[in-house]
Amino acid sequence: MSPAGGSSRLELHIRQKSYRTASGSRLHVLGEIAFSLAHGEVAALVGPSGCGKTTLLRIVVGLDRDFDGSVALPSHGRLGMVFQEPRLLPWRTVEENVRLVAPHVSEAALTVLFTTLGLAEHRRHYPGELSLGLARRVALARAFAIEPDLLVLDEPFVSLDAALVERLRGELIELVSRRPTTTLLVTHSIDEAVGLADRVILLSASPARVLSEVPVEHPRSARSATELAIVRDRLKSAAAQR
Amino acid sequence: MNFALRLGSIALLLAAWIAGSHLLGPRLLPAPQAVVLSIVHEARTGALGFNLGITLLRVLVSFTIAMMLGTFIGIGMGRSQAINRIADPWLIVLLNLPALVIIVLAYIWAGLTETAAIIAVALNKLPIAIVTVREGARALDPTLDEMATVFRMGSWVRLRHVMLPQLAPYLAAAARSGLSLVWKIVLIVELLGRPNGVGFEIGVAFQLFDVTRILAYALTFVGVMLAIESFLVQPLERHVSRWRLKPA
Repeated sequence: MSPAGGSSRLELHIRQKSYRTASGSRLHVLGEIAFSLAHGEVAALVGPSGCGKTTLLRIVVGLDRDFDGSVALPSHGRLGMVFQEPRLLPWRTVEENVRLVAPHVSEAALTVLFTTLGLAEHRRHYPGELSLGLARRVALARAFAIEPDLLVLDEPFVSLDAALVERLRGELIELVSRRPTTTLLVTHSIDEAVGLADRVILLSASPARVLSEVPVEHPRSARSATELAIVRDRLKSAAAQR
Repeated sequence: MNFALRLGSIALLLAAWIAGSHLLGPRLLPAPQAVVLSIVHEARTGALGFNLGITLLRVLVSFTIAMMLGTFIGIGMGRSQAINRIADPWLIVLLNLPALVIIVLAYIWAGLTETAAIIAVALNKLPIAIVTVREGARALDPTLDEMATVFRMGSWVRLRHVMLPQLAPYLAAAARSGLSLVWKIVLIVELLGRPNGVGFEIGVAFQLFDVTRILAYALTFVGVMLAIESFLVQPLERHVSRWRLKPA
């Protein structure tokens, strides 16, 4: 694995990744996967559940180094991540949770962040006092507060009700458009991918490989329903072809 | 209601003491008022304060050493298989060495000194602290660890805000059992090789068969430890667990 280079792109090239199972056999989880993200680009990884999306993200953020291939993070390599679960420190308040990972964040930036995410009146609450939806927002706030060079989101809206997901998606779009951030989003919802991303990367069933890459042309705010439908159809036919 | 039950229980203990004193005679078991008078007398001469203070100092120093070393080694053994394999046999030896053997050997090897006394007490407490903290270190949440890695938290921040709060209940348990164990061992160490302290005074009283003085010293020190528990340990515990949801 090569160290974080000077380039402002995320460059990923995985030749393969396999596990040794408890019974001693080798389990092939990822096949050949290569793509790169330009500065400020938002890409969504879509694939059937169990295809190795989370494994891929763990490789990108450096939690899993046992693979064949290379990852180069954008310039400074500062990472912001939203895990499937909020993963907040239960013994620290909402504000402390954010400040601990982003000690240099300014009060003004924090206020904007908390206001955008509807957390202003929860600053002094402990995570145990929050609903799952609110805890997810704190996790988002934490990932944005450090002004990451790469933002990684692992199904950040899973198991929330539809109306709330709609709101959170809107808030995420607002945050990404305010400060262009290279973003890698994993989801199993094609709708979510098309609504958020500049490019959708479709993965096959395990061992995952890239089935197709579909760009979404217009900026997020100007996407018409018909255009979204076209992209959706392209993705669905690509998924069906294999 | 709770308070009344507690008060009743203490009254019962006192009544049993008085009855026992009548039954056995004041030489074997002096009445509570005789013990109180003895406490007042010892306090007036200054001996009580001096001996109590010096014993308390020994307790605090050896307790602090044992807890800090125990936390450090316990975290290492809980986090690393290799360290655990290397240190485990030593731990088992230390756990099973009788307190008396450690104390006697410390005095023989290091002389009848303050250092020997402190080391002997700390060594007696150390293995139990290690075992408790190791259990806590094994139960650390790996998902929070990953979060700290991804966000590149510094090692001090990680220790202070991610690891220690998770270890807090284990540290509290180790501190609780440790404090009562340490002060009992300090008394033996003083009895065997120190010229002052509560243990030394009790040793002298034993030779004179002075049960009143034995009780005077023992009960005062129990009082001091009780005060430490309720005014230091418990408030600290409440502060550390303030984030837990309280029943409304």
